[in-house]
Amino acid sequence: MKKNFLPALKLTLVCLLFFSGIYTIIILGAAQLAPNKGKGEIIIANGKTFYTNIGQKFTDDKYFYSRPSAVDYNAASSGGSNKANSDSEYLALVKSRIDSFLVHNPEVIKVDIPSEMVTASGSGLDPHISVQGAKIQIKRISKIRNISEANIQELVSQNTEESMLDLFGPEKINVLKLNIALDNLNQIKAK
Amino acid sequence: MNKEILGIILMYGLVMLFAIPLGRYIGKIFTNEKTWLDKIFNPLDRLFFKVSGIDEQKQMNWKQHLVALLTINLIWFIISMLVLTNMAWLPLNPDANPSMNGDQAFNTATSFICNTNLQHYSGESGLSYLGQLVLMLWQFVSAGCGIAIAAVVFLAMRAKATDQLGNFYHLFVRSCTRILFPIAVVVALLLVFNNTPMTMEGKDTVISLQGDTMHVSTGPVAAFVAIKHLGTNGGGFFGANSAHPLENVSYFTNLVEIITQMLIPLAMIFALGFVIKRRKFAWMVYGVMTIGFLLLLIPTVIVEMHGNHAISAMGITQNIGNMEGKEIRFGTPASAYWSIATTIISTGSVNAMHDSFTPLAGMFQMLGMMINSFYGGVGVGFLNFYIFIILAVFISGLMVGRTPEFLGKKIEAREMKIAMIIALLHPLLILGGTALASYIFSHNPTAHAHWINNPGYHGFSEMLYEFTSSSANNGSGFEGLGYGNGSSVGDNTPFWNISCGIIMLLARYLPIIGPVAIAGILASKKYIPESAGTLKTDTSTFGLMVFAVIAIVAALAFFPALTLGPIAEYFGMRK
Repeated sequence: MKKNFLPALKLTLVCLLFFSGIYTIIILGAAQLAPNKGKGEIIIANGKTFYTNIGQKFTDDKYFYSRPSAVDYNAASSGGSNKANSDSEYLALVKSRIDSFLVHNPEVIKVDIPSEMVTASGSGLDPHISVQGAKIQIKRISKIRNISEANIQELVSQNTEESMLDLFGPEKINVLKLNIALDNLNQIKAK
Repeated sequence: MNKEILGIILMYGLVMLFAIPLGRYIGKIFTNEKTWLDKIFNPLDRLFFKVSGIDEQKQMNWKQHLVALLTINLIWFIISMLVLTNMAWLPLNPDANPSMNGDQAFNTATSFICNTNLQHYSGESGLSYLGQLVLMLWQFVSAGCGIAIAAVVFLAMRAKATDQLGNFYHLFVRSCTRILFPIAVVVALLLVFNNTPMTMEGKDTVISLQGDTMHVSTGPVAAFVAIKHLGTNGGGFFGANSAHPLENVSYFTNLVEIITQMLIPLAMIFALGFVIKRRKFAWMVYGVMTIGFLLLLIPTVIVEMHGNHAISAMGITQNIGNMEGKEIRFGTPASAYWSIATTIISTGSVNAMHDSFTPLAGMFQMLGMMINSFYGGVGVGFLNFYIFIILAVFISGLMVGRTPEFLGKKIEAREMKIAMIIALLHPLLILGGTALASYIFSHNPTAHAHWINNPGYHGFSEMLYEFTSSSANNGSGFEGLGYGNGSSVGDNTPFWNISCGIIMLLARYLPIIGPVAIAGILASKKYIPESAGTLKTDTSTFGLMVFAVIAIVAALAFFPALTLGPIAEYFGMRK
């Protein structure tokens, strides 16, 4: 062991320099050429900057809701609820989410609520909802914003992101993008 | 066909497409054949050896290999401890995160040098960028170490009566520079150009559309995530691991990450066939592992797509499956696929929270880790499988009344004893740890109420999962562990830190020592050429035998514990 110690220590230091240092610098260098210099995708709307992929809390009735979050959309402390399917406390929480959703959206019937709107995501920062999740909110938003349902439906269709290559994985809607578009629609109308 | 099912077929198809040629390349690296990357890497490797003062040509026997491996791992452990307990005042700490205390640093250091990446901290608040970058070094070298030691076993399987099995440092450095490094660069670039952050700046502050102030953690994520998966390490940059929208941005990055984590474990099987020049044997190994994988995968996808019965009972349809703890951009099938891939190959990264999967899916995840040899972690996965091959050779030898021989070498009492000890070590560590925790819990449930986040059977599953994950060097968790009763400490308590740390150490090094010893002993034995009386080990009959041994050992050891956890929970929900 003694004979090996010093060479192994030196080898470790070389590795530290190479894999923690040079490798990181190569990728950091490449990131300068990447979209937004490797700081994550952003959207600028009305002079404000947002991270496209970090979900935001939308609980206001005039916006499309985002999913429930176990960490209240704290982007410095991500995480899920880690609740078991069988946990009665958890099930009571889901029940209360369903009830609250129905109170705010009286036209919706329960079977139409997709499961993601009443369950918390894994990261607590899920930026998306399903197409169905957006559709069932159209009536509410139409009333509050005084925009026709057809207009909002069109907005939802425009903001629906296809599966990868149209072939693989789910369709989805970025809630932030949809809500920005919604605000813009109101502004156009106001003019 | 359903686009989400098509997506998971694509995931497996693509990884096979890359794994076969990569296996050939890895085989060439082990046997020192020329490759087209030599021009870059020959001078680089020479530099590594020159600075370290290592003679990489010196042949080693199996004992010398193990001494070299254990020495360098000890050094890694010491450096980790020093860095983790002093991060607060060291450079690269823009968010002013604190240093770790002793037991948490012990757990984290052990976890990363053992290729486990069990995390009793959250990356956003628990580590500085220096801490992240040093842990990233262990993600490279612990994986390189696993590949190198598997190479030693491959070379031993090929050897005809010799104890000279190459040089550990030579194999180790080549594994890191020629296999891990170039692929990690490619993967990191793919991630960075698909909106994964790569920056040394600290937290950003934004005001949300609704008007809330948000602090957004970022960091050198792309570089970290590439090697985290390539080396089957699995430790997340952020607390939510690959469920985090900056650590796994889209369906495409999810595809890249899942392919990356399965790539080397699969390629190693084909590298084996190349090194020992028995391709049919490699396909037998591949077949057994793949059947095991599919038997865990298919039911998991199905039960998750059916969703949570209790929520269906409330009148919610769950067309998109059980969504608690899952992300919309991946969907249920891709999350279920990932959960099985990550548990059979000991990555332990997650793109959905395992604690919130349906009870039976949770059981299949645990089974993947309990068996721990369907593909398995980089390098060590095959070592675990090797033990089962030795057992199967011996048992089938006895059944048909032939001397047990494997690749022309007689298997005798000494090798069998080692194989038995290693095969039984894994259940012992898992069940022993869980029994101890259950004992402590049940003797003072109020004082330990925070240990479990969910009452009843699932609480037991949380503890069972933690020890299973530690012993499989996996690193995923039923992450509710420690957060019960409104506690914010989580599993970062001396009991969980130290008990899991010790189990990770034993479960990493003993299952390396055992197979290397067996292979080393067999290598130096006299070679007996194959005859009509030799038991063929590259046939499907023998594959079935290996599968039966694996299934019987797992069932006998783990069925009772699983009955108390996920199976009881499943029937409890059905009533």
